[in-house]
Amino acid sequence: MADEIKPDKVVDARGSFCPGPLMEMIKAYKQAKIGDVISVYSTDSGTKKDAAAWISKSGNQLIGVFDRNGYYEITMKKVK
Amino acid sequence: MVDKASIVLESGTVDKLMAGSIIVSGAVANGMEVNVFVTFWALMEMRKNAGENTKLGVEAKGMEKQLFSIMKEKKVPSWKDTLKQAMEVGDVHVYGCAMFADLMGIGKEDLDPMIEEVIGVSQFVDMAKDSKMTLFI
Repeated sequence: MADEIKPDKVVDARGSFCPGPLMEMIKAYKQAKIGDVISVYSTDSGTKKDAAAWISKSGNQLIGVFDRNGYYEITMKKVK
Repeated sequence: MVDKASIVLESGTVDKLMAGSIIVSGAVANGMEVNVFVTFWALMEMRKNAGENTKLGVEAKGMEKQLFSIMKEKKVPSWKDTLKQAMEVGDVHVYGCAMFADLMGIGKEDLDPMIEEVIGVSQFVDMAKDSKMTLFI
């Protein structure tokens, strides 16, 4: 599948509440290197929008938001 | 210059403290520097010996038990943990209100280590005056 990009780091924030998954993602982003792909798993529906917005606003690359049957996977690439 | 948010936490009820700490996180996510001034009932909850906070605002009357059990069941983090996480991720400073601390005989050593310093209102307003966002919760 086209969306099967192997992430360098997976943040499993399933079960974590707003703003947990977004904050976990930002933490992982800060520790990552340029070019790293980060995936966040979240069951919190607000994160789907918030995380995607954060990725675009921060000038990074949103690879995709995938519905994984019971949770969302938000994947980004650190470009700056 | 980085955008600043200034937030006063006054209420000591769980609903308001949770809302406040989540908004602090949102400000961090937006790259803002956040200064939080903790006073009155929120400062009482910041005491090391405050114990478990089971207070809710009047609108929650009759729903307290239900709400706390849902929060426990869904493992919702405490407002203090949410605030701590925001401090780890971003540029967040939390200050205690000197006036209320003096009034109640609370010293910095009695307060959660999250409280960086106990300061006067004028010092906080000086930090807050060029903020993009100011909230009183």
